[in-house]
Amino acid sequence: MSRKKSDEQYNKSFASRFFRWLGGEQDPYIGVVEMKPQKEPEGIVEAKSRHKNEIFRRIQSIYDIKHNKQYRKFDKLFNILSITFCIILVTVLIMAISYMPPVGSPDRPVNNEVSKRYIENGLQETGAVNIVGGMILDYRAFDTLGESHVLFIATITVLILLRRDAKRTDGKISDYYYEPKDDIILQKVTRFLVPVIVIFGIYVILNGHLGPGGGFSGGAVIGAGLILYQNAFGFHKTRRFFTAGTYKWVSFGALSFYCLAKSYSFFTGANHLESVIPKGTPGDILSSGLILPLNVAVGLVVACTMYAFYAMFRKGGF
Amino acid sequence: MIEWIQFIAGTAFLLLGIVIFGIEIFGVYRYRYVLNRMHMAAFGDTFGIGAAMIGLMIFSGLNFTTLKMLLVVLFLWFSSPVSSHMITLMEVETAKDLQEHMEVKEE
Repeated sequence: MSRKKSDEQYNKSFASRFFRWLGGEQDPYIGVVEMKPQKEPEGIVEAKSRHKNEIFRRIQSIYDIKHNKQYRKFDKLFNILSITFCIILVTVLIMAISYMPPVGSPDRPVNNEVSKRYIENGLQETGAVNIVGGMILDYRAFDTLGESHVLFIATITVLILLRRDAKRTDGKISDYYYEPKDDIILQKVTRFLVPVIVIFGIYVILNGHLGPGGGFSGGAVIGAGLILYQNAFGFHKTRRFFTAGTYKWVSFGALSFYCLAKSYSFFTGANHLESVIPKGTPGDILSSGLILPLNVAVGLVVACTMYAFYAMFRKGGF
Repeated sequence: MIEWIQFIAGTAFLLLGIVIFGIEIFGVYRYRYVLNRMHMAAFGDTFGIGAAMIGLMIFSGLNFTTLKMLLVVLFLWFSSPVSSHMITLMEVETAKDLQEHMEVKEE
């Protein structure tokens, strides 16, 4: 030991504590900050350990690593190959980056004719002041249609997994039953806040072609407002206006409207026909052709999806 | 002259906000019990953010941006205490050894 201090002094010093923390020997918050470990149910522990032992023994009998030369060789080879592979991959990627032009230079692959066209002709061709809105709902509307369908399919999958109603129960009471309900403070604040939140969401959706915003963000805001309302007043209040039927028909209507409207514009565009939908003057609220109704459709789907996810995870139904 | 007053007042409010955020972070790690830590977090989320935003509002002057910032502050002052209240309620309902940490009034 080339240490000047004695062991006792060193153990008290900051450096020692830091290196012990770094090495993972000591956590400064364990035993100091209040935390409760999750308790396992007692009957299960024994069965679990038996199960674990069984698996361990089975693996031991099949892969006898200590007494099998082949496996030992394979282990060593695996380590060497994985390290080599990682090093080669890192080298190739770093070399590829070093060949790229520097950030901000005009001959970067990002600055091609696509973005140039969006910036120069976007306003005339789509009529939307917000170029991003014009891009995602006009040039690349097919992509956005796919995204809305992904949301819908995700909700259906969650519905299959988490649904819990009179026919499909596992005999347990949901967590929702035990939570504190009808808190007066939350109710008073919610009564004040929810209209503001929903109006803000509607503003973001309707303003999607004029400024930052659009269907996805506005729908998320409205969905958050619905979730807040549900939290304050319970499911029996939200069920008056939002049920599984509402969700089904709103999503179906919005998605099929999107599909039909975009099919029309693709059809006319591909056959060089004149579209009957007027572009309007850019900057007006009723302008830019189909972008506003499509924004509304996307917003409806997103808001319903947010609330449906929440209701599924919370209670297993609407 | 007015610009100097604006600058000094704005800086003072911003610094106050930063100091309060520092106190909040210190308190969250200093206290042991969850309700004390909750209190510190809520303290920073209301007073700290209010002071910092008022500083920014003074810097920005009288225009539409200031009104938006005022709305942000109002929204946070409405929502943050309520959310802390709900989490605290959950802790009080589920804690078994509440008596060790505080006096609980029997109803």
